[in-house]
Amino acid sequence: MTDPLLLLGVQRALQEGLPIVQRPYLALADQLGASEQQVIDAIARLQDSGNIKRFGMVLKHRELGYRANAMVVWDVPNDRVDRVGNELGEEPCVTLSYRRPRRPPYWNYNLFCMIHGTSREEVTAQLEDIVSRRGLDYPHQVLFSSKCFKQRGAVYV
Amino acid sequence: MKALSPLDCALLNQVQKGFPLEERPFAVIAQHLGMSENAVLERLQQLDAEGVISRFGAVFEPNTVGASTLAALAVPPEHIRETAELVNAVPGVNHNYLREHEFNLWFVITGRNREELTGSLADIERKTGYPMLDLPMEQAYHIDLGFPL
Repeated sequence: MTDPLLLLGVQRALQEGLPIVQRPYLALADQLGASEQQVIDAIARLQDSGNIKRFGMVLKHRELGYRANAMVVWDVPNDRVDRVGNELGEEPCVTLSYRRPRRPPYWNYNLFCMIHGTSREEVTAQLEDIVSRRGLDYPHQVLFSSKCFKQRGAVYV
Repeated sequence: MKALSPLDCALLNQVQKGFPLEERPFAVIAQHLGMSENAVLERLQQLDAEGVISRFGAVFEPNTVGASTLAALAVPPEHIRETAELVNAVPGVNHNYLREHEFNLWFVITGRNREELTGSLADIERKTGYPMLDLPMEQAYHIDLGFPL
């Protein structure tokens, strides 16, 4: 198996999930027609190159009692959005902080963060604390999720 | 909600990031926790079967592999269920949530490249006929690094 094909196969497998067995890399290697060491090296390379942000088990927060999931969207002036985005990312209860485009006139929010908590009250209190402590005096809205229709890993290739 | 023991929490904290790249990675984790390799494997397989574990794999840096976006539809409440099912059936949709807003159906959709993604979005817009937002990530300040338990 050539190198790029091996990397592609490993990348795909890591999006879909490896089996939870004694030698998971061997299981994947057998499937790809590669050696166990080649698979391990390929994952290490994807990590070193920064393609992989995190390697391990992805959990379903809802199943763990983190039932309140709020997407908080902010309208922050363009020259301040990087700073505010990084500040939000430093907060322990914030799992994601992304900048996205505005779509005026329907959508004027350019900064998105996700807060998970065990209840709406907890999430609301966490948000209020962040806003007052960091002085985030920007228009924002909290979009709680009321139902999850689908949650699985992204598969791109 | 699943009841987790303190040992479960320790185990789940161990396995969420920096997973060992060894021939027998679960033996390495077991050693950290003072458990046997078999006990670790059995408990994780059980948690997987109970739906606590979504997958054993990787979270990729966005847009280094393929293309993805966050999209939202403004759906009349009485049509939300059928619309969610329609969206779920489109290849590449991996998260789909009902949220409390005029734009109420929010989903993450991926494709091999931006062209394929644009095609899928156009398909959804045509099939549903509802106004849609396409909000691709421009900058990541912080990405899910696992869930402390």
